[in-house]
Amino acid sequence: MSPMLEVKDLEVAYGKIRAVKGISFDVNEGEVVTLIGTNGAGKTTTLRTISGLLRPSSGSIRFKDQDITTVPAHDIVQLGLAHSPEGRRIFPRLSVQENLLLGAFARKDKEVTNDLQAAYALFPILEERRNQPAGTFSGGEQQMLAMGRAMMSRPQLLMLDEPSMGLSPLMMKRIMTTVTTLQQQGTTILLVEQNAQAALKRATKGYVLEVGSIVLSGTGAELLSSDDVRKAYLGES
Amino acid sequence: MDAFAQQLVNGLTLGSLYALIAVGYTVVYGIVQLINFAHGEIFMIGAFGALSTWLIFFDGNLALWVLPLMILGAVIASVTTAVLMERIAYRPLRHAPRLAPLITAIGISIFLQEAVRLFYDEVPFFDFPDAKQRVPFPQIEVVTGPAFQLGNVTIQRSALFTIGCLVMCSAGLWYFVNRTRTGKGMQAVSQDPDTARLMGINVDRIIVVAFAVGATLAAVAGVAQGLQVTNINFRMGFLAGLKAFTAAVLGGIGNVWGAVVGGLTLGLVEAMAVQFIPGTFGGSPWKDVWAFALLIIVLVFRPQGILGAKVVDRA
Ligand SMILES: Nc1ncnc2c1ncn2[C@@H]1O[C@H](COP(=O)(O)OP(=O)(O)OP(=O)(O)O)[C@@H](O)[C@H]1O
Ligand SMILES: [Mg+2]
Repeated sequence: MSPMLEVKDLEVAYGKIRAVKGISFDVNEGEVVTLIGTNGAGKTTTLRTISGLLRPSSGSIRFKDQDITTVPAHDIVQLGLAHSPEGRRIFPRLSVQENLLLGAFARKDKEVTNDLQAAYALFPILEERRNQPAGTFSGGEQQMLAMGRAMMSRPQLLMLDEPSMGLSPLMMKRIMTTVTTLQQQGTTILLVEQNAQAALKRATKGYVLEVGSIVLSGTGAELLSSDDVRKAYLGES
Repeated sequence: MDAFAQQLVNGLTLGSLYALIAVGYTVVYGIVQLINFAHGEIFMIGAFGALSTWLIFFDGNLALWVLPLMILGAVIASVTTAVLMERIAYRPLRHAPRLAPLITAIGISIFLQEAVRLFYDEVPFFDFPDAKQRVPFPQIEVVTGPAFQLGNVTIQRSALFTIGCLVMCSAGLWYFVNRTRTGKGMQAVSQDPDTARLMGINVDRIIVVAFAVGATLAAVAGVAQGLQVTNINFRMGFLAGLKAFTAAVLGGIGNVWGAVVGGLTLGLVEAMAVQFIPGTFGGSPWKDVWAFALLIIVLVFRPQGILGAKVVDRA
């Protein structure tokens, strides 16, 4: 079976700055794949290119056997690929419920209400505050909203860009547990994290990105025990 | 007291007109951060669209039932012009420096004025009048004619029509923005365009909708102006556009309700200044000065406008 997402020789540049320098990786159905790397490694750039917000200078992206390299961003989500962006990017002046419903903007089926209930079941705090403007939420609550919103499109593949950024250890744990829950419920996940420990623990596969190139890859367990990773990302000497 | 009540009516009428046009500046700004300085011409084209509809289909008929069809004609003319303008002139400049679309807007503005001035009477197949001077606007029954008298306060029928238009358009706009799928999409794009795209919202389409919404209200304003002033001309969009833009900034550019509040405020201030500022600086020759003085004062103390700008939050 071919991978669900297949990225090949991807190169992305901002003007003259080459942010991603020919990376290849793939994500199979049912997996949690993580991209880890230091600041500026090109993780966000990679995700934004996959979802069509940026255009690669070369390389290709295939999703479910379809070439999506040049598909416009607003058509990607309908294919079953959702992206919860870095910094959460909730719509601050819309209510929680309006934010969630925007996640289902591209859907035309009648089960949106059921999925709204499912999102509320996943994060009960969102239901309690469903009429509150999302901009008044704390970072952790905004992250739950951003994940709930991404799930509202019923994605087969969910891309999460640093969901634990700036969160308390407790909230971080909560978010990471949810990642596992979503995987168990059948969503394939591509997870970008600075918190390498937490990400690798859950990942079936991981890639280490350094200044635009993949320098290491392996199963989550392999990377966790790799000396290089332990030194560079887990703060051990 | 009578003088105050009279100026209240006059101010609300003028303000309603400003508000109807101001929405177009603010909606487009809220979505693409572009000041569409050619929007005043969309208002002018609306008035001419209504007149053309009347001349083609109803020449000589002043019955009230003709009015909705004239408004429809106005809306079609304005929306078509606005959408073409976006497509041909603004979209290619989407990622150009800010100054480029601004200069373009001035160009479009002059182009549209001149097109009407030079070619209105040369439109093939139709016998349109020369638009180099003022052109009489059909004075439809019921909405024009003898004014109502409330004590010593005179209320023109066209004034009631104008205020009524603002009320109905505001209600329609509220419904559209808050209750429809496209309206929700517009709000999302104005708050965060990139994330809106991740939701599956086609930003190009939303921008076209924003231009069309603004053009619709401007077209209605064009008809109201024609009924009030009894004639229209190719230059009518310039000052009205400038005032409406002022109103939009006053209320908080990018904020739809700010445009309504700003328009009404500006209209009221002008009307009151005419009546109540004594001496050399009073009277109607000075009303524009007071209008812009108000703008400067508000911007000094509250740069985001009365209701506050709803500009895009960039993370
Ligand atoms: N809009 C932009 N214009 C120019 N350069 C950019 C832009 N966005 C990112 N870059 C550069 O591209 C490189 C990769 O950035 P990217 O945001 O993809 O890194 P990242 O791995 O997500 O980092 P972080 O962990 O800090 O989020 C960096 O050198 C960054 O400075
Ligand atoms: Mg990043």
